[in-house]
Amino acid sequence: MNKKKTLIDVIADSRLIHTILSIIIGFLVGAIFLAVMKIPVGEAYGMLFKSIFSNTKNLSYCIVYGTPYIVVGLSVAFSFRTGVFNIGAEGQFVMGSLAACLVGILCGSLPKILLIPLCFLAAAVAGAIWGVIVGFLKNKWGINEVLSMIMFNWIAFYLSNFIADFPAIHNEGTAEATRTVSDNARTLLPAGLIEKFNLCPTANWGILVAVILTVVVYFIIEKTTLGYELKAVGFNKSAADYGGISVNRSILTALAISGALAGLGGALQLLGMGGRISIFTSQEGFGFAGIVVALIGVSQPFGVLLAGLFYGALTYGGGKLNLVKAPTQVVDIIVGTVVFFIAISSIFGAIRYLKKSPQKGGSKS
Amino acid sequence: MAEQHVDLNTKVIEMRNIVKKFGDFTANDGINLTVHKGEIHAILGENGAGKSTLMNQLYGLYRPTSGEILVNGKQIEMNNPRDAIAAGIGMVHQHFMLVQPFTVTENIVLGTEPVKGVKLDMATARENVQEISERYGLSIDPDAKIEDISVGMQQRVEILKALYRGADILILDEPTASLTPQEIVELIGIMHNLTADGKSIILITHKLKEIKESADYCTIIRLGKYINTVKVADVTQDELASMMVGRQVTFVVDKPEQKPGDVVLEVKDLHGVDYRKVEILKGLNLTVRKGEIVGIAGIDGNGQTELVEIITGLRKASGGSITVNGVDIYNKPPRFGFVHGVSSIPADRQKHGLVLDFSVEENMVLQNYKDPRFANGPLINRGAIREFASRAIEKYDIRPAHCEERPAGTLSGGNQQKVIIAREVENDKDLLIAVNPTRGLDVGAIEFVHKYIVEQRNKGKAVLLVSFELDEIMSLSDRIDVIYDGKIVSEVSGKDAEENELGLMMAGGGTHE
Repeated sequence: MNKKKTLIDVIADSRLIHTILSIIIGFLVGAIFLAVMKIPVGEAYGMLFKSIFSNTKNLSYCIVYGTPYIVVGLSVAFSFRTGVFNIGAEGQFVMGSLAACLVGILCGSLPKILLIPLCFLAAAVAGAIWGVIVGFLKNKWGINEVLSMIMFNWIAFYLSNFIADFPAIHNEGTAEATRTVSDNARTLLPAGLIEKFNLCPTANWGILVAVILTVVVYFIIEKTTLGYELKAVGFNKSAADYGGISVNRSILTALAISGALAGLGGALQLLGMGGRISIFTSQEGFGFAGIVVALIGVSQPFGVLLAGLFYGALTYGGGKLNLVKAPTQVVDIIVGTVVFFIAISSIFGAIRYLKKSPQKGGSKS
Repeated sequence: MAEQHVDLNTKVIEMRNIVKKFGDFTANDGINLTVHKGEIHAILGENGAGKSTLMNQLYGLYRPTSGEILVNGKQIEMNNPRDAIAAGIGMVHQHFMLVQPFTVTENIVLGTEPVKGVKLDMATARENVQEISERYGLSIDPDAKIEDISVGMQQRVEILKALYRGADILILDEPTASLTPQEIVELIGIMHNLTADGKSIILITHKLKEIKESADYCTIIRLGKYINTVKVADVTQDELASMMVGRQVTFVVDKPEQKPGDVVLEVKDLHGVDYRKVEILKGLNLTVRKGEIVGIAGIDGNGQTELVEIITGLRKASGGSITVNGVDIYNKPPRFGFVHGVSSIPADRQKHGLVLDFSVEENMVLQNYKDPRFANGPLINRGAIREFASRAIEKYDIRPAHCEERPAGTLSGGNQQKVIIAREVENDKDLLIAVNPTRGLDVGAIEFVHKYIVEQRNKGKAVLLVSFELDEIMSLSDRIDVIYDGKIVSEVSGKDAEENELGLMMAGGGTHE
């Protein structure tokens, strides 16, 4: 049976190779669009790479951009692994960032060592609650979780806008935003360090938190009985039930963890970058970016870490494309194509399947 | 026995040296098959032997890699089932393809609706259906809705559908899988009516008894290779079995006399509803003692599924009591029953028994993953699980060897069942519930499963066996309880059980409570 591996075998077996291939295809498709628009491809991509890799400042920007994507990506990936589709990460992100903002402003006098963990805690709890409500609605009345999550995304969005307008936290000036959180709540690197290494002004500790969360998620999924339970429920609810695992409780737990991660993503973004909440006219889309990142990272925690950085880099680098008169949307085309090709990864498996037997590995009993 | 109808001078089907490859895998390796007019020809082989692949080529679903197919002496190339139907071949699949809310006639004309001008001409269709039904003794009501008629009747509708489309050669794929003994007898009668009229039948099966009862000739396939074609009257069941498996098979399970011990499972006056909220268990009483196998015989839908789901905690009962070793497990969650001595081999191994995407070793601890043997507090102990799984894989001969890390879904059905049996037997609980434990398995795997079930009994465990296979119930059980309409209507000892009598009781007749 074990003959020489064909190219298709290699691609179908290795998710890494498959992902890299998808990324290359993504850039090729982006190039086609650039060419159609008569924009020199080399120049545009040159600018893209230069604005990512040319110096430590740009690199640090990419990391700063990528940090929240990693954590929201982990949130969605965790939900994929446990059989719930957390399309509500957007709302949980907003709730997390709102909670961190409130704590960061209202408890601003606390010392850094207390305030920052408090902000994170508040964000995680807020995100978790936002996730658990949806699970509760599903368990109690069978309300479809995807529908209620989309609703809860909007509820979070308007709630955030509403609260940001409260006099107690609203900006005294004309800006349509809250006040900036206390300096004690910010996770920025010391100014000296930023200057010494020529980093971007918002360079922050967030990436460390993201890496730690990646390890934690990996650990929960692979090494704990909790992970075993959640995965069993995700793969096959009936068998999990038969095995004595409480399906409803597992769904709530999975949504709580996933929601907490998305909420932490919100806190990381707020405390590291913006420092305040603006009143938006539309959703920012971090949660949806999280879905993209989870897909590119094939729902593996360390894959998500890399995918989040990739997404952050493209988002940052893409912003510079208009310097060469190329539309920034080229980046969206690239990312969209990558996701598309990763999502159809089963095609390689299918090709092999068709070329081989009807019963894969069909061993006789 | 039905050979009077066989016309040895007229070959209706000839498949010569059929080879079918899928990539490197050879599913059929030089198979020959000759079917005469008026003949019932059985194709016998284990699961995965290549029976269905062969028939799918005859029905135009696959094209052979090499070899030729002759129908009525003419070489024919079949590209799709329409070509096969045009050549007079009809197939009745194991899973029926009927539209539930439609009537029998509507289902039969589906795809070939008769028209008068632009109007559907159901009256003519109805007459035709009636006529065919009477000619072959199918006794079908053309106006009945499919959802209202029994599985056996639905199968006849499928047969009628093939006949309506002009089939002279009928392929029946495992036709008795879901039938009661009476329905099987009737089906064999119908098959003989068909051959008397010059039709030919190809019967795919792995049930030796039915081959002996109905078929004229039998072609045996093993691992994709042609083994032999024999005249059924000339061989014994044992000979057929060893040709199919390639070794001696023992049907008689070694079951020493032993006295049952204390009561393990006690079910009293159990009431419960099915998924439609209709009461399906109506005061059922049941006792299983240590060291005995109690078989529940009954036709599907009389409450046996719900009974098992309630005992294992997957479904809530609406009244009564259940104890295991004196502990009340009535309406407790699955884990509670498990902790207090209930293990089970579920009816649907892919839905309840296994997480197909989990590896074999992960499936081995589906209930026990929190047990101190396999976990240190909240941490999973992969090493211990691996060790346990490796031992079980060897002991229960789960193939392929060293499949610890393979997803359970990639194993064959028989080996998937072995994983479940290994797990449940190793759980070492006082009560083992087995539901259709050999469904879809071939002779070799059935032998294995039976051996382990009887071994549990010999070790002094209480075993509750629920099966639609009457043979299985009769050969394994110490006591047989017949379930009908949500109650145990009669009980016979396993030794004295007689198939016809049981069949009658299962159908609701002859209740002597």
